[in-house]
Amino acid sequence: MEIKELLTSKLKENLPGIQFTTVEYRGEISLILNKKDIVKFCRFLKEDSDLAFNFCEDVTAIDWARRNQRYTVVYHIFSMKNKFRLRLKCDVEEDDCNIDSISSVWKTADWEERETYDMYGIHFNNHPDLRRMFMPEEFEFYPLRKDFPLMGIPGSLPLPKK
Amino acid sequence: METIKEHAHSKILEALLADKNITVEDALENEMILNMGPQHPATHGVLRLLLRLDGETIVSCVPELGYLHRGYEKMAENMTYYEFIPHTDRLDYLAPLSNNVAWVLAVEKLTGIEAPPRAQYIRMLICELSRIASHLVAIGALAMDVGALTVFLWTLREREKILDIWDILCGARFTTSYTRIGGVANDIQPEAIAKAEWFINQFDDNLTECEYLLNNNRIFIGRLEGVGVVSGEDAVQLGLTGPTLRGSGIAYDLRRDMPYLFYNDLDFNVITHNEGDCLARYFVRVDECRESAKMVKQIMSKMPKGNILTNSPKKVLPDKVEIYSKMEELIHDFMIVNFGINPPEGEIYSAIENPKGELGFYLVSKGEGHPWKCKIRAPSMVNCQGLPHMIKGRMVSDVVAIVGSIDPVMGEADK
Amino acid sequence: MGLEAKLNQDSFITTTIDAIAAWARKNSVWPMPMGISCCAIEMMAVGDPKYDIARFGSEVMRFTPRQCDLMIVAGTVTYKMAHVVKKIYDQMPEPKWVIAMGACTSSGGMYRSYNVVQGIDQFLPVDVYLAGCPPRPDNLLNALIMIQDKIGKTKVREFQDQPLTEYPVHNKN
Repeated sequence: MEIKELLTSKLKENLPGIQFTTVEYRGEISLILNKKDIVKFCRFLKEDSDLAFNFCEDVTAIDWARRNQRYTVVYHIFSMKNKFRLRLKCDVEEDDCNIDSISSVWKTADWEERETYDMYGIHFNNHPDLRRMFMPEEFEFYPLRKDFPLMGIPGSLPLPKK
Repeated sequence: METIKEHAHSKILEALLADKNITVEDALENEMILNMGPQHPATHGVLRLLLRLDGETIVSCVPELGYLHRGYEKMAENMTYYEFIPHTDRLDYLAPLSNNVAWVLAVEKLTGIEAPPRAQYIRMLICELSRIASHLVAIGALAMDVGALTVFLWTLREREKILDIWDILCGARFTTSYTRIGGVANDIQPEAIAKAEWFINQFDDNLTECEYLLNNNRIFIGRLEGVGVVSGEDAVQLGLTGPTLRGSGIAYDLRRDMPYLFYNDLDFNVITHNEGDCLARYFVRVDECRESAKMVKQIMSKMPKGNILTNSPKKVLPDKVEIYSKMEELIHDFMIVNFGINPPEGEIYSAIENPKGELGFYLVSKGEGHPWKCKIRAPSMVNCQGLPHMIKGRMVSDVVAIVGSIDPVMGEADK
Repeated sequence: MGLEAKLNQDSFITTTIDAIAAWARKNSVWPMPMGISCCAIEMMAVGDPKYDIARFGSEVMRFTPRQCDLMIVAGTVTYKMAHVVKKIYDQMPEPKWVIAMGACTSSGGMYRSYNVVQGIDQFLPVDVYLAGCPPRPDNLLNALIMIQDKIGKTKVREFQDQPLTEYPVHNKN
């Protein structure tokens, strides 16, 4: 696919210091990179005039429930000019549970990152307003982690009296 | 200051007071914090808006979601792909068949099977009919919020005819769960097709009747024109999709740009209007209804004959008659229902053009019967993100018109 | 055996007054639609020309609790929303009745998860439970008729000298 060669060649010539691996599955391309390079990478992808990834579709995280590299933060971005979708993945450790926020690049990521923080507890550095999205502010747990039970923890959410 | 703190949590208060254009020390001095609470006749569902007002003008706005957070993503990790189909009905509950189609398309992409052509055409037909149904409610609710109560009753009357079609098709008016992995549940009946043809033939005139009440109405235009303007670039930055984006001039429609099902074979226009205000979004919806009606006529004329479920025994549930009479089908049914379809390890993202915007499912599979992770990219949540941008500087009564024109559905925004 | 004691028994005059008052109350039930999710759409459908609810006396669906006597809780109630529902229920003046519409309000429905209240009778007194997901509009009209029958059997003196509901005004929600 020509867009794939264009992508890899442009990335190699303009961002030489950044390592990434490419995985292709069912016609979709995922790039796996290190979490400290994410803002530079995204900014280049957005501002380059040929690639022009101007639309951020989704930001989420996966909990692998293993000891090393427990979480993976996943970004989906789309280029309206080339009609091409790309996925970026970064691994995050459980002890060092933070990653830089890309809400300075795309405004869409603002609420999506808040939702990821609410559900997984991954802290986003330099986020303008990081607070919980769905659960009440006083809630102490992170629901989508694999160690949180489906029925919840009794007593963690208050109910009005009859 | 104490009473305000008890109504708005301290972090929300910080977010509200972060806008430091004017130097005041006490929020009570010049401005008021107004709570448009979750229970309100005009917010579409349970959306809470905290507004900071200077007189009647809005200085800033903080929306608060989560009043309908039902834990869909956690439940999806604990049930098989088939068991999740009824849950997808309740995501965007104004167009349930559209969500069914989105889910089974995502699972079929993950598994690597494809439905037969007749099933694809039936799915396109129900997608377009649910687009008409959803837009009718959106138009009616917007008109009702602005004050034109009659239009709401007329559009609901039209919607009841579509719900009758679905009643014949799959037995349920509303939460249908009609699609299956590998096809659809049952073949479309001739009565349903006849009723759909009758509906499309009389739909244009009825929609024109509703338009007569609104399009040249001074009050309607005065309340919606120039309100809630979003420029095209800002809309793309904020991630808006659907009629909200197309009302600002950007022609982004997934049926045209990343085609799925057989939309390549159909002849349709992508409707855009350039002004970016509430009136433009209303016109986009009305024109999309007409476009969908034309597409339904084309689909019904082009529908091929054939079977409606693929022949893939390990992934697709077999027919009930065969389960009761043959051995292999019985075993396959047992394995699929109890242990799931076990797609290969991997991940996909699949999105369709829902009436509200781009509905996407991101599925990660580890080879088991239930997904390891399921993320629902809900268009209404991202569209609500554009609210603070659109509301700033307007008056309190414009909030109602803006929320009505974005048309969020909290079932999918809160997941 | 004074006049007051005689009036407290069921004589001809008091039962006629009871019957007239109950007839007036049951034929003008104004519902308060607590529309939260999908069942709210079927509640809207009850108001449309096909399943008209106005012919049963529920001419207007007032969204302010101070003017209503029947609360139809339609949709899944989460823990965050439960406080809001209770606050609005407390603001309704006596006499008031509650319909729990749909499976989600009756028992948590198909959502057995961490954020959904498994049945609103954990914090509200419910008069009629309505099954269905969502219940058809005809089903909701059936529930309304049941409530009307229940109102038809009430007596006037049950609603006299009721204490005013104490509800906490400054509630953190």
